[in-house]
Amino acid sequence: MADAVTTIIGFQRLWRNSLLVLVFALGAWAWAGGLLPTMLDQWDDITYLGRQHIELVAISGGLAVLVGVPLGVALTRQPLRRYGDIFLQVLNIGATIPTLAVLALSMSVLGIGNLPAIFGLFIATLLPIVSNTLAGIRAVPPHLIEAATGMGMSPAQILRKVELPNAMFVIYAGIRTALAINVGTVPLAFLIGGGGLGELIFSGIALNEFATMLAGAIPTALLAILVDFVMGQLQFWTIPRGVNPLR
Amino acid sequence: MIRLERVTKLFASATIPAVDQVSMEVPEGEICILLGPSGCGKTTTLKMVNRLIEPTSGDIFIGDKNTADYNPVELRRTLGYVIQQIGLFPNKTIEDNICIVPDILGWDRKKSRARAAELLELVALDPGVFLKRYPKELSGGQQQRIGVLRAIAADPPVLLMDEPFGAIDPINRAVIQDEFLKMQAALKKTIMFVSHDIDEAVKMGDRIAIFRDGRLIQYDTPDDILAHPADSFVSDFVGSDRTLKRLQLLKVSDAMMHDPPVVHADDTLKTAATLMEEHGHTAVVVVGPRGRVRGYVDLATARENRGKISEHSEALPTTIRSRENLRTAVSTMFRYDTTWLACTDDDGLYKGYVTLRGITRLLAEAYRDG
Repeated sequence: MADAVTTIIGFQRLWRNSLLVLVFALGAWAWAGGLLPTMLDQWDDITYLGRQHIELVAISGGLAVLVGVPLGVALTRQPLRRYGDIFLQVLNIGATIPTLAVLALSMSVLGIGNLPAIFGLFIATLLPIVSNTLAGIRAVPPHLIEAATGMGMSPAQILRKVELPNAMFVIYAGIRTALAINVGTVPLAFLIGGGGLGELIFSGIALNEFATMLAGAIPTALLAILVDFVMGQLQFWTIPRGVNPLR
Repeated sequence: MIRLERVTKLFASATIPAVDQVSMEVPEGEICILLGPSGCGKTTTLKMVNRLIEPTSGDIFIGDKNTADYNPVELRRTLGYVIQQIGLFPNKTIEDNICIVPDILGWDRKKSRARAAELLELVALDPGVFLKRYPKELSGGQQQRIGVLRAIAADPPVLLMDEPFGAIDPINRAVIQDEFLKMQAALKKTIMFVSHDIDEAVKMGDRIAIFRDGRLIQYDTPDDILAHPADSFVSDFVGSDRTLKRLQLLKVSDAMMHDPPVVHADDTLKTAATLMEEHGHTAVVVVGPRGRVRGYVDLATARENRGKISEHSEALPTTIRSRENLRTAVSTMFRYDTTWLACTDDDGLYKGYVTLRGITRLLAEAYRDG
């Protein structure tokens, strides 16, 4: 038993070390090939556009959460309850429209700049949040609601103390997915004048500058990982142990 | 007290009422079992009391107040409610689950948490271990105990229970039922309790209300239901062994012969023989100086021998306490292959004897009356 554990820990350590070696080798190769120095030349651009990128994610994603969760909740209440499925169908159809098309459509209405970008991203982010909120609340077992009602909880108390806490894990999962999509979609906002790291990516492609493209792509990827990590930690720590399958 | 007056429920989608003109009264401090096959209206009746279902017509009173005069949410806070699926909130700890109603009512937190600990001790769960646990970390039986505690946390005078022990395995169920009866003996709540199990009803109920197709067919004490079923539906429902079930309801003291003749160790066998012949008995119990059971002498021995009783008495195979039920008594008789048992009180003093004949006569009496 103890041997098996030591072996597993040994493998994990080997795996981590070889990963580090690989990253180091890649870095050395990039440095030697002049890729990394060229990328770092654009450090100012990266930080400036990176901040724009984060702003776009924060505003559109934040809005989507602020609208999506209440909307999902509203679709489980009277009198909207019976429209829940219909609404979800509409959103699902909406989700099949490529994000690029959504951005193009919102540009044709709202013009060029940050506003259409934020609106397009907001729409693209909304669906997973609404559908998960709806699914999460619907999945709360009816006998919990019956017990809560029978004990004299008001509908608002039932929502706050029973339904939302028990749906929280699923709602968080929706937000997590939505934000991952959002971070990955923000580069497209450059195409309608929205700024963000997409500027480096698309310029790099257009000018055939590999380093410039990577200077946009790598921070975007890192940002996506970071957001997912932060969301994962939030999900782990803020959801009570009794309804958190992770702990 | 819970009083129903001509309560009727007609669901919008139905043509016949789910509950039809039911009138009944549950006296203060008693357990009333609503019993019947599924779809008979017993759960609907229960849910109309706390207005989870609104009656179509009729009135329901708690104490002397009409439930229709309350705001339904406020009303439910004054009535304990236990359901079969328990419905503990998985997002809350056991402590917070128990304190749900006190919290809604705005009790002082310290006071309500202290009460939660107190209640846990009532069902022999260690507060130190369980208060901070989550429902998923408890067994089904433990969860159902918490479900009951949660219902009585704010000390409501009335408890409504919808098949509360239905989902628990038979062994645990019996334990929880006994625990609950012990609790009820101290708390004296007025309880309406839905069940489909006649044995549970006989065991738990002070009264049983039998429902069929939305109508209240019979409302009586368990013994009366078993002894005098109102119609063939009730007698079928309570089962062909209903007379045996009554054994559970009757105490040894009900069938016991009081003030029996006794002999002492230093009496002569002749005295014993005379005494037995006088009473027409075939055996007599020997008691000690303070009245404890020592043994017995049978008639044949007393006639054929001479001398002191102490030299010829035999030990009794067993005795029974007079507060045990007759089912235990009969079972004990069968086990020891005897037709009579000496009965003692809790201190072991001889109080009387019970015979198989006496028990059958007692059971048959009820049928002769009717």
